[in-house]
Amino acid sequence: MKYIDEFRNLDIAKKISRLINKEAEGLEPVKFMEVCGTHTMAVERFGIRKTLPENIHLISGPGCPVCVTPKNYIDKAIALTTLEDVIVFSFGDMLKVPGSNSNLLKQKSKVRMVYSALDAVEFAEKNPDKRIVFLGIGFETTAPTVGASIKYAKKKRLKNFFVYSGHKIMPPAMKLLAKDELINIKGFLCPAHVSAIIGLRPYFEISEKYGMACVIAGFEPLDILQSILMLIRQVKLKNPKVENQYNRVVKTSGNKEALRLIDEVFSVKDSEWRGIGNIKKSGLGLSKRYAEFDVEKNIELPEVKTKIDKGCICGSVLKGIKIPADCRLFSKKCNPENPQGACMVSSEGTCAAYYRYKL
Amino acid sequence: MCLAIPMKILKIEGDKAVVSSSGVRRNIGISFMKNIKPGDYVIVHAGFAIEKLDPVKAEETLKLLEEII
Repeated sequence: MKYIDEFRNLDIAKKISRLINKEAEGLEPVKFMEVCGTHTMAVERFGIRKTLPENIHLISGPGCPVCVTPKNYIDKAIALTTLEDVIVFSFGDMLKVPGSNSNLLKQKSKVRMVYSALDAVEFAEKNPDKRIVFLGIGFETTAPTVGASIKYAKKKRLKNFFVYSGHKIMPPAMKLLAKDELINIKGFLCPAHVSAIIGLRPYFEISEKYGMACVIAGFEPLDILQSILMLIRQVKLKNPKVENQYNRVVKTSGNKEALRLIDEVFSVKDSEWRGIGNIKKSGLGLSKRYAEFDVEKNIELPEVKTKIDKGCICGSVLKGIKIPADCRLFSKKCNPENPQGACMVSSEGTCAAYYRYKL
Repeated sequence: MCLAIPMKILKIEGDKAVVSSSGVRRNIGISFMKNIKPGDYVIVHAGFAIEKLDPVKAEETLKLLEEII
C-alpha cells in the first residue's frame, strides 16, 4: 500500500462516475463547494468537473492561503525588506503575488524562499546580526509547523527570529459561505489536511446550524468521486451530516498534539480575507507567551499605502460566485507569467488551475 | 505549499525524521506526531509530518468502493 495508485484506478473511477450520474437523476440543480485549493487542483487535473452530470455543480472556494492573504499584508512584507538588517523568509507561492506596486520576488537578496519555517529559524541561528522575518501564511495545516518552529526558536533563545502571522482558520469562512444565499451551496467537500489537524468537530455546527452536507475528502480521484457521491446521497435523503471519507488520515478528534501547539503559540483574532473582507475570529496571531517573536510587536512596520484591485474579480472567484472565465482579465492580461490577482499566482489558486487545464 | 503526498519514514532521530517518496528523500520535523516508527507513511506538509496514514482504514475504503460500484 503506497496510498496513491490504489486511489487512482481508472476503472473504478468510471464506475463511481456512472453511479454519480445515476444517483443525481431527477435531482434539482445543486451546488457543492470544494473549499481547499489542493482539491481544486486535483479536480482539474483529473478532469472530474467534466464527468459530473449537468445538475451537479462543483464550485471552488477560498481554500488557497496565498489567495486570501490581503494585499496590504504583501505591501507590509515588501516594506519589511527595505529595513537594512531584515531578511524576509517565505513559502515560494507568496513571492509572485502582486502587492500595490511590486512583489516580493523583486526584492531579490532581501527575500529567501524556504520549504519550512524551521529553515528560517536555522538561518537566524547562524546569522545573529540579521533580523529574520518569516511570513506565516496558511491554514490549520501550516500553523502548527510554524508554531513548532517558533517553539524551537524560543528553546534556542533566539532574539533575531520573528513571525509575521497571516494565518487563518477555515470554519469561520465556511460558515460565512454557508449563510450566503447568493452562493447557495448545499454542501462542502471539506479540506483534507486542515481536517487532519482539526478533526470533525468544527463541521458539526456547519452541518446542523446551516443544513450543509459535509464530507471530508481525500485528494485522490477516487476519494473526490466517492465524496461527491456521498454528498449527493445526503442531499437526496435530506439528511445533512458530517461524514469522513478520508479516514485513513483524518481522525475524529484531529491531531491533538498539533491543536495543543496552535493553542499554545497562537491566539484567535479577527482577520481580513482578500476579496471577502474581515471575518471575525478567523485568524491566528501570536499569543502573549510568544509575543517576543511577533513582528507586529517588535519591528516597526513602515507605512504603506495599499491600492484597491482594479478589474480583478478574485474576490467573487474565491466565494464561488464567479468562475475565472467571467473575468475580463483572465488568460489575457492575467496569466501565470503576469498574474494580476493572487488566484492566478498560487499553484492552488482557482484561476491558475483553470488556466493550466484550459477550461 | 500544500503537498499531499504520503511519504515513508526511513529513520527517526529525536524530533526529526528522514522520509522518502519516489526516490526523493527529505528531512522533516515530527514534533507534533506521536507513535510513529520507520516504515509508517505520513502526510508531510511544510517540512513536518502532520498525520500518519492508517493502512487498515485505507483497505476498508478501497473495499467499500468495490462494494458500492
